[in-house]
Amino acid sequence: MSRATPIIEEHPTAEAEVHDAGMGPGGATPGGWSGGPGGPGGSAAGVPQRTYLTGLTMGLAAILMFFMALVSAFIVRKGLSNDWRAFALPPVLYLNTVLLLASSVTIQTARRKLTREDMEGFRHWWFMTTALGFLFVAGQLVAWRQLVHQGVYLASNPSSSFFYVLTAAHGVHLLGGIIALVAIAVWNWKKARITRATATEMAAVYWHFMDGLWIFLFLLLKLGQ
Amino acid sequence: MSAHAHPVTHHAGAPHGFIRRYIFSTDHKVIGVQYWFLALAAVTVGMVLSWLFRAHLAWPNLAIPGFNGVMRPEQYLALVTMHGTIMVFFVLTVAPQSGFGNYFLPIQIGADDMAFPTLNMISFWVTFVAFFVLIAAFFTTAGAPIGGWTSYPPLSAVGSIAGPGQGTGETLWVVSIALFCLASLLTALNFISTTIEMRAQGMSLMRMPLSVWGWFVTAVLGLLAFGVLLAACILLLLDRLALTSFFVPAGLVFSDTQPALAHAGGSPLLWEHLFWFFGHPEVYIAILPAMGITSHVLSNFSRKPIFGYKAMAYSLCAIGFLSFCVWGHHMFVSGMSPYSALAFSFLTLAIGVPSAIKTFNWLGTLWGGKIQFTTAMLFAIGFVSLFVTGGLSGLFLAQPSVDLPLHDTLFVIAHFHIVMGVAAIFGIFAGTYYWFPKIFGRKMNEKLGKTHFWITFAGAYLIFMPMHWMGIMGALRRYADASAAPYLQHMAPMEHFVTICAFITGAGQLLFYFNFFWSLRRGEKAGINPWHGTSLEWSIPSPPPHGNFLEVPRVYRGPYEYGVPGYEQDYLPQNLTPEQIAKAGS
Repeated sequence: MSRATPIIEEHPTAEAEVHDAGMGPGGATPGGWSGGPGGPGGSAAGVPQRTYLTGLTMGLAAILMFFMALVSAFIVRKGLSNDWRAFALPPVLYLNTVLLLASSVTIQTARRKLTREDMEGFRHWWFMTTALGFLFVAGQLVAWRQLVHQGVYLASNPSSSFFYVLTAAHGVHLLGGIIALVAIAVWNWKKARITRATATEMAAVYWHFMDGLWIFLFLLLKLGQ
Repeated sequence: MSAHAHPVTHHAGAPHGFIRRYIFSTDHKVIGVQYWFLALAAVTVGMVLSWLFRAHLAWPNLAIPGFNGVMRPEQYLALVTMHGTIMVFFVLTVAPQSGFGNYFLPIQIGADDMAFPTLNMISFWVTFVAFFVLIAAFFTTAGAPIGGWTSYPPLSAVGSIAGPGQGTGETLWVVSIALFCLASLLTALNFISTTIEMRAQGMSLMRMPLSVWGWFVTAVLGLLAFGVLLAACILLLLDRLALTSFFVPAGLVFSDTQPALAHAGGSPLLWEHLFWFFGHPEVYIAILPAMGITSHVLSNFSRKPIFGYKAMAYSLCAIGFLSFCVWGHHMFVSGMSPYSALAFSFLTLAIGVPSAIKTFNWLGTLWGGKIQFTTAMLFAIGFVSLFVTGGLSGLFLAQPSVDLPLHDTLFVIAHFHIVMGVAAIFGIFAGTYYWFPKIFGRKMNEKLGKTHFWITFAGAYLIFMPMHWMGIMGALRRYADASAAPYLQHMAPMEHFVTICAFITGAGQLLFYFNFFWSLRRGEKAGINPWHGTSLEWSIPSPPPHGNFLEVPRVYRGPYEYGVPGYEQDYLPQNLTPEQIAKAGS
């Protein structure tokens, strides 16, 4: 075992490995509320904007694991039992799916308007997305009402239990997305650590994720009956 | 690039007022200390519970104060359940990861706080609420849950028909653990984002202290594992409250007088799979931070670079990865296919490889070092000892044919208490004695500390080694009264011995409490770098100011440059500039 540790590492090497965490020309403004993509690396008061996206990615990984646990429970529970009874999915779910897909298009349009600094257009399409999100959640509630009319309740059968659990879990997450959309619309960006561009990007990534997740869950509920 | 002289200006952001500063603080250091004290409160409760049920095990006919005479079996089970839940979640998960990780991860990578300070505060307070939701179970009319810390259905899913405590008490258990999962997910997210994005200039991944590697890999495990337990808790709650049938099988009858339950077709095994998919990574969530702390402390007090830094980092990652592939070894007795059992067995034994790499590297670090036997060092060496001992009995249990007879005996209790319980506690103690001077600016008393170490170290072995033998001889877990089974009666002297050792070891912990609180006020002043350490926390005042660093830190080398030849001091701090070294050399 070597005790001969090099005393001094070559300076250029250290330089090359320097973490490029945005030593922006502005640095941290007094109080650290730099807001822009600057701020020294290692300062929470002015974290690089991509930190928020990293955090979101981690959050999505956790959410994915949560849903995969429910989905594998679905598959195992169905495979282990002989009491699984299929029921007709409410047709309104197709409409809801179309609404959610459309909202993914509108949120992208809104972001494009924002990059072109067309604030009017941004607000318009952002509002459209929020409205479509609300309509989706309302549509899911309609689907629940229709099932209740058919006499299909949470505890009726494992198939209906999983239907309610998965749609509820997805609905709660989508509501979280709607809250984010509303917050972004009314936020005072002058005082925020996070820029509007980053926040809208995060909301869009989250929204698309929830959209894709719904397609997956819908297919599972449809084909797994 | 004016990084060197650039003053960090956000100190002005230090909050005023007691509540914002010490209660609802977003400062990672305050939050770390809050977690640590929460764990101290939890471990105190957990330890007292273990005294009570150990007393009952040794003297089954003894009237225990507060129990209206002799302890009833369901009270015994409630104590065991709460002891396990409190220790695993609110001590072994909270103290090494959320406590020390919160305090030192940002400092060791050169950041002024976590990436998301407000989220961090929310995590703590949700954990805090979760703890009191759990404790509230003691104060319900039927008492605390009796389903064990694993809460297996159907007993945990059907309500009070399964026994007192399985009603409201068990509901509180599920809610508490669900809240704990949420908080842990947010913490994990924060730790990972901080490690990825907030490192100081020059702090490449392979220059991070191994303690940071420990917290980072643990955070990844937490991020992927706690969501699964959360999902399982929600399904269990629905089985309990909405009469769904995820986990409750059909035609379940509890007694002649009780009709069969309305549930149908559920699978208790489904819970076991979901629970242990979380549960095995959870074992490593408890132990990996302790491994990181041990590596850090061993290198510091051996005055030698850690042996095989990269192998240490990679083996942490390997253990983390493998921990997701072995949950089935907790279920060998569940009637699983022998082929599955074989696969789980091989994968479990494979964990022996990175574990052995770590052990040999720890020994390699000690070999030929100028060892300083401080209390922190003793606890770190104690960790290695316990990890090896507990790991070896793990090799027995990893084999289905051996596990089948041993699974429901005290052998398993002894195994996991040594390898996961006490070893992780030793990691916590090592960290506490090592970092106390940094956190509070004063050293803990070494003489009291060493006495505390020897009592705890001897106690750990004296309590748990006999349990291995008792397990092999057939002493079963979860039996409130072993004297009721004739073939167990001859073990009564051993039960007495274990219980007396548990009392003495527990009383020895009073030394720690006293030392801790006494040293807060009376301890020797520590200064910036009392242990001559190299990592960044030893470059800033003790206790560190709000924002941690007086200037933006910059890192020039790895964290374990000890025993440097040809230099006046035998160590090179990570942030020492090449110019400073040249000046000292000339």
